Amino acid sequence: MKKRIEDLKILENKRLNEEFFVLKLKSDQTFEKILPGQFAEVRVDGSPTTFLRRPISIYDVDYDENTLYLLFKIAGDGTLKISELKAGENLNLVYPLGNSFTVGNVKRVLLIGGGTGVAPMLILGKYLKNEFKITPEFLLGYRSKELIIEKDKFNSLGTVYITTEDGSEGHKGLVTHHPVLQENNEDIDQIYCCGPEPMMKAVSGIAKDNNIPCEVSMENLMGCGIGACLCCVVDTYDEGNVITCTQGPVFNSNRLKWQI
Amino acid sequence: MADLAIRIGKIKFKNPVMTASGTFGFGPEFDDFIDVSRIGAVLVKGITGSERQGNPYPRMAETASGMLNTVGLQNKGIDYFVEKIYPEIIKYDTEIIVNVNGGTIEEYCMVAEKCNKLERINAIELNISCPNVTQGGMIFGTHCPSTIAVTDAVRKSFNKTLIVKLSPNVTDIVEFAQAVEGCGADAVSLINTLLGMAIDAKTHRSKLSTITGGLSGPAVKPIALRMVWQVANAVKIPVIGIGGIMNTNDAIEFFLAGASAVQIGTANFINPAVTIEIIDGINRYLNNKGFSSIHNLIGALEV
Repeated sequence: MKKRIEDLKILENKRLNEEFFVLKLKSDQTFEKILPGQFAEVRVDGSPTTFLRRPISIYDVDYDENTLYLLFKIAGDGTLKISELKAGENLNLVYPLGNSFTVGNVKRVLLIGGGTGVAPMLILGKYLKNEFKITPEFLLGYRSKELIIEKDKFNSLGTVYITTEDGSEGHKGLVTHHPVLQENNEDIDQIYCCGPEPMMKAVSGIAKDNNIPCEVSMENLMGCGIGACLCCVVDTYDEGNVITCTQGPVFNSNRLKWQI
Repeated sequence: MADLAIRIGKIKFKNPVMTASGTFGFGPEFDDFIDVSRIGAVLVKGITGSERQGNPYPRMAETASGMLNTVGLQNKGIDYFVEKIYPEIIKYDTEIIVNVNGGTIEEYCMVAEKCNKLERINAIELNISCPNVTQGGMIFGTHCPSTIAVTDAVRKSFNKTLIVKLSPNVTDIVEFAQAVEGCGADAVSLINTLLGMAIDAKTHRSKLSTITGGLSGPAVKPIALRMVWQVANAVKIPVIGIGGIMNTNDAIEFFLAGASAVQIGTANFINPAVTIEIIDGINRYLNNKGFSSIHNLIGALEV
């Protein structure tokens, strides 16, 4: 859909656990289609050290209620300020921005998310299920059980595998250690991944070794989110520096020259 | 409706609000948000003789009331612009101004000559003040004999309206403004970004891949205003004010300091509709004050 600048009303700003928050926002206008992988640039008011908007992944959309959900964690002064906002207040968004995950002729898909990177996986899982009749498998990585994000929402869409670094739930270790990725991966047609860059790089490596197409969603420092400032580039093998906010944030992982 | 039209060189602009180069893409990036044709002029992203990849990531660091960037003139070169971008953006019913860059005088002239042949390009902005490239850019803009040499040469390559964008990273910007006026520039635009740094105390590294970068945003506005005021009092050609303009009031301040037009830069990143809001805001301001024309404001600072 067309990008727009809009004040949305906060219906809820819910703290899920020690780290993560979900904002539920209501628009006065209807949404046309918001695609999985797209994000919003959120204006932060009243934080003297925050000048630019904050790019946040779109986590879920309810087209009947005209509401959308943003998942975030406190990463600095800007997101701290957003975490303090109350129901009834407005939040100014520029959205929906960026490209989206692509769906080819696939049967078995694995959606891998780490931390706030689980956000685009929920909306993608819903999209796969509703529009392509594909039941997604989620592989979600957290540091510990307490940080797991809205497990029921993911469970309602497909199979959920959990890894925790401390072993307090699911498989102990990182997502890349999980059997679904290491052993039972022969008939996976497509991997989608969003999370910390080392995780995405490692997942991309496994995908490449097993000839599984893989798309990752990059989270670069952005100035504008609309392709005007050219700050958020990623280096690619085929085109050199490309702009994450408009030519991404979703990329075929084989294109990327990882910087880490 | 107050009269917002201004004249710079051979061009009559419908209003004095322009976009600053490098903050507005080529225009289509903003089509979803605003009617780009309403803007007084669109200054497109800086263009060089051939394609440039720009600087490595990270290219940006947020600072108190501003940001540092080190994009380094990433662009696909003048030929790509002429063939692919120009035909698309002449749909806009406004002036398109090309921001001309180069590593050598020859490269500047080559880009300027190609712009000279484009019917809908009535002006170029000669960028001798980019702080983020190792060749050309600010090197030309911070050494007065080099400024004169490149401006002289480009003046001979381009017979339409020539604007020269000045660097604030000099001891006395007036000297540079007078020098380019002497070379036949039709206007000066100022300021480009101020050279700055941001360091990550945790990692002991610069937040920018090139260590230094250009500071923009409200943090630089007082410096920009002072320089516009100094230059406007020292040259006869029009001055285009740039630097941290976020809203109508900021723009009014630049007109009072002596600017005939303003460029809106970093503000586009936070509010993609800011240019239109400022055009409407200036009109309202003039009406409220009972002024019939923007010329009532230009240089009207009371001292």
